[in-house]
Amino acid sequence: MNEIYKLTLTEVVEKLKSRQISATEMISAALARIEVTEPNLKACLTILGDQALSAARKLDQDGPDPTRPLWGVPVTVKDVFCTKGIRTTAASRYLENYIPAYDAQVVIKLRQAGAVIVAKTNLDEFAMGSSTEFSAFGPTRNPWNLTKVPGGSSGGAAASVVAFQTPGALGTDTGGSIRQPATLCGCVGLKPTYGRVSRYGIVAYGSSLDQAGPLARRVRDCASLLSVIAGYDDRDATSSLHQTDDYTTAQPVTLRGFKLGLPQELWNIKLDPDIEDALKNALKILEETGVELRSVNLPHLKYSVAAYYILATAEASTNLARYDGVRYGHRSNNPQDLTELYMASRSEALGPEVRRRILLGTFALSAGYYDTYYKKAAQVRRLIRDDYYQALTDCDLLITPVSSLLAWDFGSFIQDPLTLYQLDLMTLPVNLAGLPALALPVTLGKTSGLPVGLQLIGRPFDEINIISAGLALEELFPPLR
Amino acid sequence: MPVMESVIGLEIHAQLKTATKLFCSCPTSVGSEPNSHICEVCSGQPGALPRLNAKAVELAAWTGLALGSKINNFSIFSRKNYFYPDLPNGFQISQLTPPICEGGGFTLPESENKFIRLNRIHLEDDAGKCIHDKQRGLTLVDLNRAGTPLIEIVTEPDFRSPAEVVEFLKKLHTILVHLKVTEGRLEEGEFRCDINISLRPKGSEDLGIRSEIKNLNSFRHVSQAIKYEVIRQERQYERSEPIIQETRLFDPVRQETRALRSKEEAHDYRYFPQPDLPSVPVSPATLARLKSELPCLPEETTMVLLSLGLTREQVAIIQNRRGAIEYFEAAKSFFDEPKQLATLMLELLLPAALREDIYPLETKCTPKLLAVLAKLITDNTLSRRAAYNLFPEIFEHGTDPKELAELRGVLQVSDAGAIKALAVDLIKAHPNEAKKYCNGQEKILSFFVGRLMQQSQGAANPKLAGEILVRLLKSQPK
Repeated sequence: MNEIYKLTLTEVVEKLKSRQISATEMISAALARIEVTEPNLKACLTILGDQALSAARKLDQDGPDPTRPLWGVPVTVKDVFCTKGIRTTAASRYLENYIPAYDAQVVIKLRQAGAVIVAKTNLDEFAMGSSTEFSAFGPTRNPWNLTKVPGGSSGGAAASVVAFQTPGALGTDTGGSIRQPATLCGCVGLKPTYGRVSRYGIVAYGSSLDQAGPLARRVRDCASLLSVIAGYDDRDATSSLHQTDDYTTAQPVTLRGFKLGLPQELWNIKLDPDIEDALKNALKILEETGVELRSVNLPHLKYSVAAYYILATAEASTNLARYDGVRYGHRSNNPQDLTELYMASRSEALGPEVRRRILLGTFALSAGYYDTYYKKAAQVRRLIRDDYYQALTDCDLLITPVSSLLAWDFGSFIQDPLTLYQLDLMTLPVNLAGLPALALPVTLGKTSGLPVGLQLIGRPFDEINIISAGLALEELFPPLR
Repeated sequence: MPVMESVIGLEIHAQLKTATKLFCSCPTSVGSEPNSHICEVCSGQPGALPRLNAKAVELAAWTGLALGSKINNFSIFSRKNYFYPDLPNGFQISQLTPPICEGGGFTLPESENKFIRLNRIHLEDDAGKCIHDKQRGLTLVDLNRAGTPLIEIVTEPDFRSPAEVVEFLKKLHTILVHLKVTEGRLEEGEFRCDINISLRPKGSEDLGIRSEIKNLNSFRHVSQAIKYEVIRQERQYERSEPIIQETRLFDPVRQETRALRSKEEAHDYRYFPQPDLPSVPVSPATLARLKSELPCLPEETTMVLLSLGLTREQVAIIQNRRGAIEYFEAAKSFFDEPKQLATLMLELLLPAALREDIYPLETKCTPKLLAVLAKLITDNTLSRRAAYNLFPEIFEHGTDPKELAELRGVLQVSDAGAIKALAVDLIKAHPNEAKKYCNGQEKILSFFVGRLMQQSQGAANPKLAGEILVRLLKSQPK
């Protein structure tokens, strides 16, 4: 049992329930694994050693509890989830020493379910980025190749799960921030339907797009985490009353006759040769298994990156207005007047990508530009959503690549934000449409040896269907080793 | 220069009377320790989300119903973005389009029944307060008020004089207080207004360039500010100097308006729909319920009170004192003599409550006790003077008036037999005076009445005593 840290979440739950291992042992193993891997990986911003251990001891005293499905399970949460008494930085200098006075709703739910948070993971500052290179505290590295980015913004979460620090993690996804790093690191990532999971206590980036979701090495593990965090929260007015399913009981779908739609606009994009090879092969395997592959069209997709970067930055520009140096967080020393207090506090403590997006969003909302940019983008968003709904009427799910690139070298795009934005094309339209999507690994690229993944997109609140399909695909494409 | 007329429009902010703030469950009560009524939502912490107070929506819709506005089935909240230390999120949550209410208005009886149109009523949250500590050279921020629910009522530019504005504001204030939509305490800023003023040649339909006078919470200051501003703008025109669109503040000490530095008002609020809040529904069912719960408006109440025989003056005082109507109605349910009750309220209860700075219903002299007192007077069981002497005790301790009157022995004796016995004795004891009465000196009657009252220790009903004495004196043998 030296390697209990390698167990999947489902296995951990079983072993804890049957008392083959204690919560303290499990949490200790996770903390030990973090200690071993962190020097190279840098996936965690805050490690909760003592707190996690005392929580585990308390759990052991009380004994396993059938009403607590994650009893004793070590998890990490991205450092955008507010944790009472534990610093929550959003990987920003501005919040470097910020200690929230309250817990995010999903943190409350995780703890109620018996999970133990052992660390808070790294991300691009305020979840703006796709490589963790915009973290104010340094990037996380890809476990498959430490010279490569882990993807982002939930890069810390994905790298942590893949490096066996914990069997499961929570991230957030505004334009692909769960699915893209899951794919670049080679694990499973699930973005639920907008409104499925409470946003209360999640440091906001794009409020109409943000959604929390799980990352794990197995589809079923994601399902277990989703079952715990999903559901209506009266403190989040955008959370949905739509009924949740028991995702843990999902069974693999019968692939024979299962209809998967292939959006042509996404499959026609030039992919890295390794990805191209792997995905063509995967589609062939699916077809041979009896899956019906159908071409579908998303005619407005070409506007999605532009629409997204107007809407997301517009929302971000005002969501981040509260970081003004007045009440908490970084405050510039000895400003001459109020304006300088604002300008200096923000300029000193907000990073380049965050400042860029605040400027973009502020511009898009400015007098005289609102109709041209924000309003138009909101209209385009509706058309894109309609495209997805239409495409989904003819098939069970849509299937697409997640990223057109494999995990790239650090520094590749740091001076080229526009290219980085374009890379979100596979994932961000799903956020515009508010749909649930699952990214799962398929294989390692032949020449690169880096993970390649696929994305399944479902109807609103139909997580159970993408999980069931994911379970079936997982049997065809076993988890990476 | 052509004859100019002033064109005035108002934006009125009224603080809604809700127990909790507009977007969180912090209490709205004032006067607490700074920053004691705050949470992650109203202090703008990362990750906190607003949740709408349904009561505030109902109060806003109610206001619209009372003022004849159209209530929108759906309205939306927007973020109004600007930086200020008392604004914790860096944006105010307000409504742009559509607001909860549109249109409406009412007439001004003292201004030739002029109808003032409302443009809209919308919901928004208040900011906190900056406290400038000059001694220490610090600015401190108190967020207790941040997130307090407000309605903003925007009028059309229909006013032409300060008198119209003041009449409108007073009437609006009365209506809102009467509806219990707001406490309406002017000194607390719970009812305050911004005034937009421009001038134009009389007869013109165009609107001139306006200045906006911010944040007035006194009717007198409103009137003074408008008068000053109109003259200031007229002088500008006379000198052919341009009017600039600007925000001004009224200085009541110097009786003038002053421009804020233009830098402070160079705002682009970058309004956009607040993504954290879905649109606000007011269903037809809710609207029907709100309509059914709408109390009589002050104008209707005025008619009712007048029809009960109260004077205009009495009605005005009862309507304008907070809680007086409720007290009056409660007392009337115990004893249905409106005139008697109104007189006692105006002469005894309301002044006493005002001295103590409490609402009428909070006094120890409950409506029931006042009703008992009124009945004792009406029944001639207690003289008005005795009643007024007893009142301080009733007001202070809530003593039952009848018991108190008995205790003090001031209940009037209306027992004709007892009074007659006293009268017979009196006449016997004063034969000379009795003779004078018989000889036509009828004024001497007051001597007898006075003596009788004295001997009865004030308890005799003076009217009855007079009648009995007259009868006995006239029937003496000559």
